[in-house]
Amino acid sequence: MALVEIRNVHKSFRRDAERIDVFSGLSMDIEQGSFTALMGPSGSGKSTLLNLIAGLDQPTSGTVRVGGAEVSAMTPAQLAEWRSRNVGFVFQQFNLLPVLTAFQNVELPLLLTRLSKKERDERVRIALGVVGLDDRLQHYPRQLSGGQEQRVAIARAIVADPTLVLLDEPTGQLDARSSQEVLSLLGRLNDEFNKTIIIVTHDPHAAERAKRQLHLDKGTFVEQARTAGTAAGAVG
Amino acid sequence: MKFWTLLRANLGRHKRRTLLTVTSVALALFLFASLRTVITTLRAASEFGSARRLVSTNASGLIFPLPVAYANRLQAVPGVEKVTWANWFGGQYGDGKRFFANFAVDARTYLDLYPEMSVPADQREAFLQDRSGALIGSRLIDLFGWKVGQNVTLRGTIFPGDWTFTIRGVYTPTDPVINDDAMMFHWEYLDERTGRGGLAGWYIMQIDRPENGPQIAKAIDDLFRNSSAPTKTGTEQAFNASFATMWGNVGLLMNTIGMAVVFAILLVAANAMMMSARERTRELAVLKTIGFSDRRLFGLVMLEAGIITISGAVIGLGAAKILYRATNFNAAGFLPGFDVTVPTLGLGGAIALLLMLASGIVPALRAARLPVVAALRNVE
Repeated sequence: MALVEIRNVHKSFRRDAERIDVFSGLSMDIEQGSFTALMGPSGSGKSTLLNLIAGLDQPTSGTVRVGGAEVSAMTPAQLAEWRSRNVGFVFQQFNLLPVLTAFQNVELPLLLTRLSKKERDERVRIALGVVGLDDRLQHYPRQLSGGQEQRVAIARAIVADPTLVLLDEPTGQLDARSSQEVLSLLGRLNDEFNKTIIIVTHDPHAAERAKRQLHLDKGTFVEQARTAGTAAGAVG
Repeated sequence: MKFWTLLRANLGRHKRRTLLTVTSVALALFLFASLRTVITTLRAASEFGSARRLVSTNASGLIFPLPVAYANRLQAVPGVEKVTWANWFGGQYGDGKRFFANFAVDARTYLDLYPEMSVPADQREAFLQDRSGALIGSRLIDLFGWKVGQNVTLRGTIFPGDWTFTIRGVYTPTDPVINDDAMMFHWEYLDERTGRGGLAGWYIMQIDRPENGPQIAKAIDDLFRNSSAPTKTGTEQAFNASFATMWGNVGLLMNTIGMAVVFAILLVAANAMMMSARERTRELAVLKTIGFSDRRLFGLVMLEAGIITISGAVIGLGAAKILYRATNFNAAGFLPGFDVTVPTLGLGGAIALLLMLASGIVPALRAARLPVVAALRNVE
């Protein structure tokens, strides 16, 4: 069953007087529980696609549906509410709030829920346990290594138990060992917790961990590699 | 409140800057409260005065005396019930650095006309019996640590020489606008020693009914119109207002300069608060990605501005209220009854709210309207 359905999406930007078309009629599906890597050169539209799926950006035309909800038709307030429940987002530069501890950073998405303090504490501890940082609860980002920071960011992305986890170059700032740790963790999240994962990466080693690789170039899927059974892709 | 941790962390991000911003707001509002209290105190002083008391001075000016022989003629004017007189002395105590008002009065009649000056019966009697006795304001006696029965010597400036008085009593005003920082002694003592031959600085009359004031004042001035010392008579309120108005110009000047300083400090504080929010563009974009709505981010940024300004306001206005009251401040007797009023506190609070809006609304709107993709693209 497709969790993400993208239909005939056009996306263009204006730079001064010039119109730049990123997508011209892109369509694709991403199955629930899949682990997909989006690859491609800079400017191919990988991050734009991720932003459209997360509802951080709107298509010029076409529809984006996630879990049956038409993300492309939501108001900003509806999108914020929807994102808080359904999407976890991980950035290349971790983007933890430096003034908050690991625990407090991970707790942020739960502040938007009706959970009690006790329930929030419990969930944060579980999430940090999953990423193997339950002994770093009170550490500030500056007291953590890059790999640990990214694991905290992943804990923040999964703490509200979203269906979909989106990662934009999550290993781009990490050394080889930390990258492996993060990628193993993503594999576990997919395998054990059935999270649907979409990762944007330049790194072929990172992409190899995915069950499906999609290559974008100039807004078009140019090839599909290692498609793992259930995924279906369509070139726009 | 579950967002308190986030708010506290943001406020503590640059502790020194937050502290300095709160201090700036506090200082600005302390100054505001102080300057406005100068104005309200002057206004209260100009409004003080019994409607049943008239004051006559020499028509040529306060520095010119009137014959004390006018007293009997004033007493005979229809509607006048009681008459007293006083004379400015202007003596200095010690090194003269601490100024206080001192003047000679016709003791018995003066105290009769001013029931607002409360004096214990035995002290009042002792003062009336001692021609070189003095009556001291409650603040003044505390200030110098004087005791009843002690001799105090003033150095005359208008009337040269050393003048020694024996403190016979302490008066306490029942109306805060009356100066509790003054000294009074017997007019007879001044008159005898100077040999001036019966001159008074001004007369004060108690009249039968307030509404008769203008008519009685006119009758008095008509009575002395063709004499060598014509009078100018008005209500006690007008007499006090003439002093207050003189001060009022200074007050207006102080107020104008002071308010410019206050405004400048507030602008600096507002800029610091806006800068603080501007520096966090990336974090605001991340919070939006997590699911924080535009409205929630607007509220959080406004709350931060609110906490800073309200803290500053509470400290600044609270300090002004408590400090002036605790020290019983009266600007060396020039501003009796100096107290930060509730309307001043209210106005200060309103300024703090305006500052919160002025400093918070721009960054809060900016946070709410932040295009998250563009913000992330700039920082990724």
